Amino acid sequence: MMTALRNLMEWIDARLPVTETYEKHMSKYYAPKNLNIWYLFGVLSFVVLVNQLLTGIWLTMSYVPTGESAFASVEYIMRDVDYGWLLRYMHSTGASAFFVVVYLHMFRGLMYGSYQKPRELIWILGMLIYVALMAEGFFGYLLPWGNMSFWGAQVIVSLAGAIPFVGEDLAIWVRGDFNMSGVTLNRFFALHVVLVPLVLLVLVVLHILALHEVGSNNPDGIDVKKHLDEEGRPLDSVPFHPYHTIGHDLSAIVVFLFIFCSVLFFFPDGGGYLIEHPNYEPADPLKTPELIAPVWYYTPFYSMLRAATFPLFGLDAKFWGLVVMAGAIAIPFVLPWLDKSPVRSMRYKGTPSKVFLGLFIIAFFILGYLGTVHPTPFKTLIAQICTGVYFGYFLLMPWYTSVEITKPVPDRVTMG
Amino acid sequence: MRELSAVLLVFASLTVLGAGSVTTIPLQHMNPDFDNKASLQRGARTYMNYCLGCHSLQYQRYERTAKDLSIPKELMLEHLIFDPDTRIGSLIENSMSESSAKEWFGAAPPDLTLYTSLKGTPDYLYTYLKSFYHDPSRPLGVNNLLYENVGMPHALLDLQGLPRKVCKTKLEADGSTQQPCNEDGVVDGRYMLEVDGKGKLSPVEYDQLVYDLTNFLYYVAEPTRDEREKLGFWVLLFLAFFFVPAYLLGREYTKEFH
Repeated sequence: MMTALRNLMEWIDARLPVTETYEKHMSKYYAPKNLNIWYLFGVLSFVVLVNQLLTGIWLTMSYVPTGESAFASVEYIMRDVDYGWLLRYMHSTGASAFFVVVYLHMFRGLMYGSYQKPRELIWILGMLIYVALMAEGFFGYLLPWGNMSFWGAQVIVSLAGAIPFVGEDLAIWVRGDFNMSGVTLNRFFALHVVLVPLVLLVLVVLHILALHEVGSNNPDGIDVKKHLDEEGRPLDSVPFHPYHTIGHDLSAIVVFLFIFCSVLFFFPDGGGYLIEHPNYEPADPLKTPELIAPVWYYTPFYSMLRAATFPLFGLDAKFWGLVVMAGAIAIPFVLPWLDKSPVRSMRYKGTPSKVFLGLFIIAFFILGYLGTVHPTPFKTLIAQICTGVYFGYFLLMPWYTSVEITKPVPDRVTMG
Repeated sequence: MRELSAVLLVFASLTVLGAGSVTTIPLQHMNPDFDNKASLQRGARTYMNYCLGCHSLQYQRYERTAKDLSIPKELMLEHLIFDPDTRIGSLIENSMSESSAKEWFGAAPPDLTLYTSLKGTPDYLYTYLKSFYHDPSRPLGVNNLLYENVGMPHALLDLQGLPRKVCKTKLEADGSTQQPCNEDGVVDGRYMLEVDGKGKLSPVEYDQLVYDLTNFLYYVAEPTRDEREKLGFWVLLFLAFFFVPAYLLGREYTKEFH
């Protein structure tokens, strides 16, 4: 029996490098042994991705992407499809969970300098994943065809109208109609279930391939490949499988699932933050919700969009809001070239780096909160300040990372 | 007759309101109870008799309702489904046309399947049904403290009787501080409602009826809620137990390099 299996594997390996690929990416992929809790969110993102793909496929089996039937088909899933409610809540909770783990994953990158040479491409691919994820969430949010779905998408698509000359035509081109309609719903459905998931999957594969080419960073931000054993294996690393997978990731996945399921089973609408209350009535072009707020994971950027309140160079404030928001999403792409520090990890960077990262996180949270409430002159001022801090973190980085005094980096990884 | 004119519910801070606008009176809290099947059954009965004529439950089916509320199908068909052509597996719809409804009430009565979720709490509906009052200036003779200039008539009028605004500076147990309303119905920025005693139900019975009705609509908004929470308990319990071997196994591996 074992011989037969071995022969089969040999037969396959001679034609398709299965064993070689498995070893390269799992059993002989060496990852630093000092990876800490912040290094779990990559694996958790993958878990959520699989959850979204699988539940999404099953939801598609009962969902009807038309203006007339979309809302009712979601309620049909919630009531008449066996465990349809579970699939739908797994998917809707999963959307928020995806952004939670991805934000934590990105924060890890900022903290330990994971974007620095030679990992610039991993960072850029990651940012592309993030942008694709935002698009995926945006298209998906229209699909239940609730009133907040409708008005949220309406607000964002109409932003295109602020672009000079081509804006209005662009908005019509995106919607496929003069207003949000079933046509828009249909194309958003196509983008949500076919195009963007394909792009996401390709990007995720490239992200991991690029990572495995140069190897994982670690909390000390030091190069583990400098110290190899006689067989060329990094001394401070252990094989990803089983030492990281079973050693850390399995329990982490269980803890994550516990938190995820607590929300899914007991607070699936998250008090109106995960499924907004106006989405419990069908889309109505004549009935604007009292407060149009995007779902929480977009609110920092929505705040920055609203923070632009005055016209400039003959272009109106709405256009500049769009520019600020696009800039806020674009600027992290060049992060690897903004950081001039000789060290990677926040452990060895100077005080200015720590202060700026701290302010950046605080500003991001405040912007996130402000995006969920009605703007007032005072709140808009706060949003403007926080927008300044957000951009300051990036734009001042070449300066504060080059003048600060860094601590000496140890030769070998520290376990702690 | 004073003992009959029982003091009802609502204290409200006064807000200036536009047409059909939502006010800021405090909501009265109610605790929905899915296990109280009798309450849900009474709520369903009230709904089918007093509400369904105008407000459909178009995403919910009779059969599921009967099953979840432990109502035998035959009884459901006999007593709660009035149209002989409607089957047990049908959605709970009505025959009111949207255009006529708009003509009669100014706006089509909304479907109420998801109403308590739309409001984010069952408290809104519970308070709303206890906040109708006599207002001769309105086309239908009634207004609502929670939803000023409401277009809906007081559908439960014959059960509750007609509440009137009564102003009080302060509520005493014996009602001794009562004052008649001024023209605006306001004294000291607060008002209360008193029923005229002509309803079929006592105030306590009416409160119970409104509770049952709200409880029913809270169930209808998410009929799987109970199943969800019960399954959730087992899932979390499983994960909690599974964590132990997962952690211990993990520790065996990490021991080697820590």
